[in-house]
Amino acid sequence: MSDVPDNAPAHCPGTQSEDAGKASACAGCPNQSVCASAPKGPDPDLQAIAERMASVKNKLLVLSGKGGVGKSTFATQLAFALAAQGKEVGLLDIDICGPSAPKLTGLEGEEVHQSGSGWSPVYVEENLAVMSIGFMLPNPDDAVIWRGPRKNALIKQFLKDVVWGSLDYLVVDAPPGTSDEHISIAQFLKAAAAPVAAGSSGRNIAGGMDAAVIVTTPQEVSIIDVRKEVSFCRKVGLQVLGVVENMSTLQICADLR
Amino acid sequence: MSDVPDNAPAHCPGTQSEDAGKASACAGCPNQSVCASAPKGPDPDLQAIAERMASVKNKLLVLSGKGGVGKSTFAAQLAFALAAQGKEVGLLDIDICGPSAPKLTGLEGEEVHQSGSGWSPVYVEENLAVMSIGFMLPNPDDAVIWRGPRKNALIKQFLKDVVWGSLDYLVVDAPPGTSDEHISIAQFLKAAAAPGAAGSSGRNIAGGMDAAVIVTTPQEVSIIDVRKEVSFCRKVGLQVLGVVENMSTLQVGLPTLRFLNSSSSSSGSAAADLTAAVQAALHEALVVPGLVKDLSEVAAATDVFLPTGGGAGAMCQQLGLQLLGRVPLDPLLGQAAEEGRSVLAVGAAAATVANGGAAAANGKGGSQQRDAPSAVALQAIVQKIIADVAAANAAAPAST
Repeated sequence: MSDVPDNAPAHCPGTQSEDAGKASACAGCPNQSVCASAPKGPDPDLQAIAERMASVKNKLLVLSGKGGVGKSTFATQLAFALAAQGKEVGLLDIDICGPSAPKLTGLEGEEVHQSGSGWSPVYVEENLAVMSIGFMLPNPDDAVIWRGPRKNALIKQFLKDVVWGSLDYLVVDAPPGTSDEHISIAQFLKAAAAPVAAGSSGRNIAGGMDAAVIVTTPQEVSIIDVRKEVSFCRKVGLQVLGVVENMSTLQICADLR
Repeated sequence: MSDVPDNAPAHCPGTQSEDAGKASACAGCPNQSVCASAPKGPDPDLQAIAERMASVKNKLLVLSGKGGVGKSTFAAQLAFALAAQGKEVGLLDIDICGPSAPKLTGLEGEEVHQSGSGWSPVYVEENLAVMSIGFMLPNPDDAVIWRGPRKNALIKQFLKDVVWGSLDYLVVDAPPGTSDEHISIAQFLKAAAAPGAAGSSGRNIAGGMDAAVIVTTPQEVSIIDVRKEVSFCRKVGLQVLGVVENMSTLQVGLPTLRFLNSSSSSSGSAAADLTAAVQAALHEALVVPGLVKDLSEVAAATDVFLPTGGGAGAMCQQLGLQLLGRVPLDPLLGQAAEEGRSVLAVGAAAATVANGGAAAANGKGGSQQRDAPSAVALQAIVQKIIADVAAANAAAPAST
C-alpha cells in the first residue's frame, strides 16, 4: 500500500515524497525522471471519490479468497433483501473479467447512460441501483483482457463518476483474491474514511460504517484461501463484520418446482 | 499484447521500437525517458523460458472465466491420472493469490529448494512434480497482496527458473479470469512456440502441443464468464482442446442422505429426522424384493446447478468446441481433493489406468471398492485428452 513501486531500489523515498526522483537512492531507478517531474500531493480523484461517497451511509464489501463460493449470489441477495426493507441500496460489481451482477439481478442487456452529472446506474427497483462492466460490453461474449492498471482505473470511475445519490447501503461485489481490485478498492475507500478514525474502526465520512462480509464454503481448500482474505482485511485496516458459510449442506425441497 | 503501455498517448510507436521515447508522439508521455534509455530488442528472459520449455513436450492450460468450477481440482486429478499412466508430469499452479495445488496434491508444508541450476519443484511421485507459491509462504495464512507486475514476474520465474527436466505434460492451473496472469502466460508460452507456427496450430518447440482445457459448471452464470475465456483464447491464439462440464449432476450413494421433515423445520422446532423411516421403507421396497442387494447400490441423483442455457453442451455447439465430458458433482471427489489424492486410485478405474487406458475386462478391476462416479467420468476425459494430443502430434509436420 506504500508509494514505493515494485521496481524501486532500496531506500526509495516514495513517489509522493518531496525527494522523489532527487534522493541519492533514486540514481539508476527507471522511474527517476518520472518521479522528479510528476506532481506531488494527493490524487485529486480521491477527493472526487470522497465527495460522491459522502452520501453513501454504509459500505459492505463482499469478499472471499476463493472463487465460486457464492460472493456474487450472496451480494445480490443481500441487496435485494435490504431494498425489500425499504432501504436505498446500490450494488457495485467490481469483478471486471467475470461480471455476474447483470445476470443475477435480471438486468442482462441493460445499458449505462452518461450525462453531465456522471454515469447513471441501472435500476432494478426504484431503490436498488446496480453498476457493472457487464452493462458496458457491446457483445457479452467479449473478453475483458485488461491488466491491473486499466481495471483499477475503471473501479475508480465506478466510485467517482457513478451518480449513486443518497444510499443507506452500497454492497460491493469483488472478484476472488487479494490483488489489484482489492488493493484499489481498499485505497479508494480510505479516501472516504472519517478523518482521524483508526482504519479498523470502519467509520466513514457519511457517518456510517465500511466493513467486509467474508463468504466461504465449508471445505478446507476454500478455508485456506479465505484465511488469506482475512489477513488482507487486517493488513489494510478493513473491519470484518463476519463470515457466511455458503453451500453448507445440500437441502432439496421436494415440492418447490 | 502490443508493446503500447496503458498510459501511452495516441500513436505510441511501441516500447520496443527504435523510435521509443524519441518519436514526436512521445512528448509528454510519462514513460518517455524510460523508453528513450531502456534497452531495445527481445526480452532475454523469454529466451531463457524457451530453453527450459524445450524439454516440455505438451503444455495444457486449465482455464475458466469463472471461479470455483473445479479448475484446480481437475488440473490436479489430470496430473495424477497422467502420472499413473507412466508419463513424466509437471503441475504448475499460477494462482498467486489463492494457490490450491499444495492442498490438492497432499503436499502442504513442503518447501521449494533453490540450487545453482534453479528451483526444484516438489515431487508427489517420482514422475509428478508440482510448483506453486503455496510452497513459498512462511505462514499459509499470509495473504499475497500483489499487483499484476509482481505476479507476472513470479510466473516468469516459474517458467524459466524451475528445473522441470524432461516432461511429457506440463499442466498449468490458472486462476479465474482474463487478466495479468493469463495475458502473461500466453505471452510466455509464445516464447516457446514453434517458429513459423500459426498461433492456433498450438505447436511448440519441443515438437508437442500447447492447448487450453476449459472447465465450466452447467449454470448460465458460469457459461457467461466461460464464453469470455473462449474469446480470450481465440484472441491470443491459444488452441482450445475442449471443454469439461464439472458438477453436472449431484450423484451420491443413498445411505449418505439424510431426510428431514421440512414442515417441522419451518415451524421453528428441531427438524424431525425421518432418515431411519425412509431408509427402512426403501429397504422394503428395493432390497427385500431383490431389486438390489444393498441400498449402497442405489445412487440418488439431482441437478444442483441447472443448465438453464443448455450448459456446456449448448455452448460447445455454438462455439464449435469439443465437449470432453461431464463430471458429476461427487462428494467423493471433494473428499479426494481435501485429502490430496487421486480419485482414480481405487476400483475399476485404477485397473483401467494401470492397463494404459484399456477398460477393465469384467468391470471388477483389482479392488472390491466401487468407483466414485466422478472417477469414471474423469478417466474417460483423460483418455480423450491423451488421444487428442497424440493424434495432433502425429499429424503435425516433422519438426526441423
